[in-house]
Amino acid sequence: MSKTITIDGKAIPFTEGQTIMQAATAADVYIPHLCHHPEFTPHGSCKLCTVKVNGRNCSACTFPAAEGQEVLNNTQELNSDRKTITQMLFVEGNHFCPSCEKTGNCQLQAVAYHLNMLDDHFPLFYAHRAMDASHPEVLIDHNRCIFCTLCVRASREHDGKAVFAISGRGINKHLLVNSTSGQLKDSDLDSGDKAAHICPTGAILIKHTAYQVPIGQRVYDHHQINEVSLASEHPHGE
Amino acid sequence: MTAFLQELAKTYGYQANHLLAILRAVQARYHHIPEPAIEALAGLLQLPRSQIIGIVEFYSFLHLQPQGQYELLISDSITDQMLGKQDLISYLADRLQVSIGAVRADGLVSLANTSCTGLCDQGPAGLVNGLPLTQLTRAKLDVIVSLINARTPLPEWPSELFAVHDNIQKTDVLLSRTMTMGEALQATFDRGIAATLTEIDRAGLRGRGGAGFKTAMKWRFCSEESETTRYVVCNADEGEPGTFKDRVLLNSYADQVFEGMTVCAAIIGARQGFLYLRGEYLFLHEPLQAVLQQRRDAGLLGNNILGQGFDFDIAICLGAGAYICGEESALIESLEGKMGIPRNRPPYPVTQGYLGKPTVVNNVETFLAAAAVAVQGGDWFASIGTGPSKGTKILSICGDCACPGIYEYPFGTTIQAILDDCGAHDVLGVQVGGPSGTFISRQEFDRKLAFEDLATGGSFIIFNASRNILDIVNNFTHFFAHESCGFCTPCRVGTSLLKKQLDKIVDGHGSAGDVAALESLCQLVKNYSHCGLGQTAANPILTTLARYPELYQAKLKKISYEPGFDLDAALATARRMADRHDAAAHLAQVGEDYE
Ligand SMILES: Cc1cc2nc3c(=O)[nH]c(=O)nc-3n(C[C@H](O)[C@H](O)[C@H](O)COP(=O)(O)O)c2cc1C
Ligand code: SF4
Ligand code: SF4
Ligand code: FES
Ligand code: FES
Repeated sequence: MSKTITIDGKAIPFTEGQTIMQAATAADVYIPHLCHHPEFTPHGSCKLCTVKVNGRNCSACTFPAAEGQEVLNNTQELNSDRKTITQMLFVEGNHFCPSCEKTGNCQLQAVAYHLNMLDDHFPLFYAHRAMDASHPEVLIDHNRCIFCTLCVRASREHDGKAVFAISGRGINKHLLVNSTSGQLKDSDLDSGDKAAHICPTGAILIKHTAYQVPIGQRVYDHHQINEVSLASEHPHGE
Repeated sequence: MTAFLQELAKTYGYQANHLLAILRAVQARYHHIPEPAIEALAGLLQLPRSQIIGIVEFYSFLHLQPQGQYELLISDSITDQMLGKQDLISYLADRLQVSIGAVRADGLVSLANTSCTGLCDQGPAGLVNGLPLTQLTRAKLDVIVSLINARTPLPEWPSELFAVHDNIQKTDVLLSRTMTMGEALQATFDRGIAATLTEIDRAGLRGRGGAGFKTAMKWRFCSEESETTRYVVCNADEGEPGTFKDRVLLNSYADQVFEGMTVCAAIIGARQGFLYLRGEYLFLHEPLQAVLQQRRDAGLLGNNILGQGFDFDIAICLGAGAYICGEESALIESLEGKMGIPRNRPPYPVTQGYLGKPTVVNNVETFLAAAAVAVQGGDWFASIGTGPSKGTKILSICGDCACPGIYEYPFGTTIQAILDDCGAHDVLGVQVGGPSGTFISRQEFDRKLAFEDLATGGSFIIFNASRNILDIVNNFTHFFAHESCGFCTPCRVGTSLLKKQLDKIVDGHGSAGDVAALESLCQLVKNYSHCGLGQTAANPILTTLARYPELYQAKLKKISYEPGFDLDAALATARRMADRHDAAAHLAQVGEDYE
């Protein structure tokens, strides 16, 4: 007997041990997310995936599904608050989409479109953040890092390395590269590593590939992130 | 340095979960964590260097940049400010010729602010190389400046500079009875372990750290886990501004606290316990070690305790300046030598805590009360207090009153009765439960101290009518932004935005709509944050906005919109470069109806 939860009133089957996010994805239900990636240990930090479980806010990417849970996901209130959280990520860093190579392929931007975010709402922080162009193949623009730790997890869990780490407390959070100089060129990152390709924003970019796909023909220029996400993250790989 | 680090790593068995202790030792010796130490420790402990840097950058008392040989920190808590801290720190900076937040050019001394040091009843307070300086005055600062300039080693400083008083003002059942060593443990074994857990259940004892979870239930859950390696942890992080009762309990009732931990260990089947002591209480470290040794010598810790075939011991771990480490799962991370970032739950610590094993985390006072219940039984305890809140609560009272200090009250006592006892007059309001708690106004002094009315982990800060509520809210809001661990977006970005939005209003740049915007931001931070820190960070604003909306409204300008961006200020650099000071080089922010 498979167990079920409901999401927005619809019955969703799940197996013991699955998170709400996993159950939802398997049933073709999109829950907005940024720090979640099906291949890596859930992290639960961006809070975009917040859903109401029996009336309580929970992170869908970390919260275990349990028989009979009533989950609210696609509600006006949640989406409006998710938009506010996305605006927080935008003002914290320096995101000038028109001049960013990732535009159109960026999940942060795509989530913002999806949630109908039309402005920053909050004052910008104008954080002083550096670029690291030292590596021959891979570029880091710290201005666009949202601390999702996907690169950290990919390096550790997939590549068997520890190229990246998140350091600092509170608003001083920042991405560290694990090398004596602190520069990417002195780390053991290889451009073929998963960690070099996982960034949801334009913070980690592969060099020499810029604008090979013209603006207007990029992933999110034609598809909403919910479609793209379900197509690529579905457990059966459809 | 190499020999020192090798010796240090060896002392700690080359274990990465002692990284915080190791880095504390490096900081104490070199006044920062030098680059070669990072490199050497990465090798010795087999860790990525980024993990070491991560720890250093997380904890306030660890530094990548050299600090002075005398590291001076002055508490920026609201009560210290009320006692004239601002004037004192400026005076100190002036006398020492060092700016706040900097190191003097000769490297001898550094000066900075720090969060509440747990000395609010004897402020203004500070720390020098981790040791407490109390009741600071200009005269004392003159002495300190001379001692520093003469490079006098700390052990030769006059001891009255470091005097910390208990200030126990009112005792009730817990504080008035001193237990003999081993009494609770003997009673536990005499009655039987399961029967003692039943007594704790009958007592209705609830956690004293704030949340009020039933202690017996927590212990039972832990004891029923299939994994048999289990741990007991005493939470002595006591970081909530205005709380200092755990400091007094550990100074004068430590034996009973350790006894409570040992009773817990017997019940849940733990062989190892930890006391997580906040870095600010470094001065208690040695005396507490001595108490532990006495207990070992008396056969109350170690192997075969009281001949019952029960083995248990307690180790002390020091924090390093991070309020978030009071949150139990962050505390466990910190015990494991990591950054204090709250874990995702479930699993809860009772099922997967320290090193992934079932762990009970309780407050200092909870263990103290549990030991008393083990001796005197559950009915005795349950006869005191109210229906849902049994027993007594130990308060740390500070702020505007004649007799700040420690007060023990049965639950159900009214705020007015407490104010009368401590000599508080012309009271404007009371912050119950610290910044994360509630600000109550003078209309509410008939309310009661109880989980079902006004809950508090122990903080009780009194403000008289001369105080400005918005200054208080401002201090608390800045505190949370400073202490956010930064893990989740709503808290990391939200607490900084709250600070900005509140500053905008308090500084008189707010306009219609700004208070509503502040309130909705508060709701978002409260409802979406990962842990209790973020979930309560907006309380200072929300609880005062509900009571004194007119205070906020009065700060607003009579224009419909004021941008957060200050156009004229942004042009300051350009004016300086162009050497222009005329009126035409200034821009008005908004149109004509400027007040
Ligand atoms: C930000 C934050 C700080 C906390 N600080 C403390 C603390 O200093 N001492 C404490 O006992 N509990 C603190 N707590 C509560 C603990 O997470 C935990 O609930 C408590 O230690 C459990 O013990 P108790 O049941 O005996 O109260 C804090 C919680 C949060 C969210
Ligand atoms: S990373 Fe994404 S959101 Fe940020 S600037 Fe680039 S395209 Fe825009
Ligand atoms: S660099 Fe990219 S993947 Fe790594 S933490 Fe930042 S946003 Fe996430
Ligand atoms: S996707 Fe769940 S918290 Fe980020
Ligand atoms: S950063 Fe700690 S609650 Fe979000």
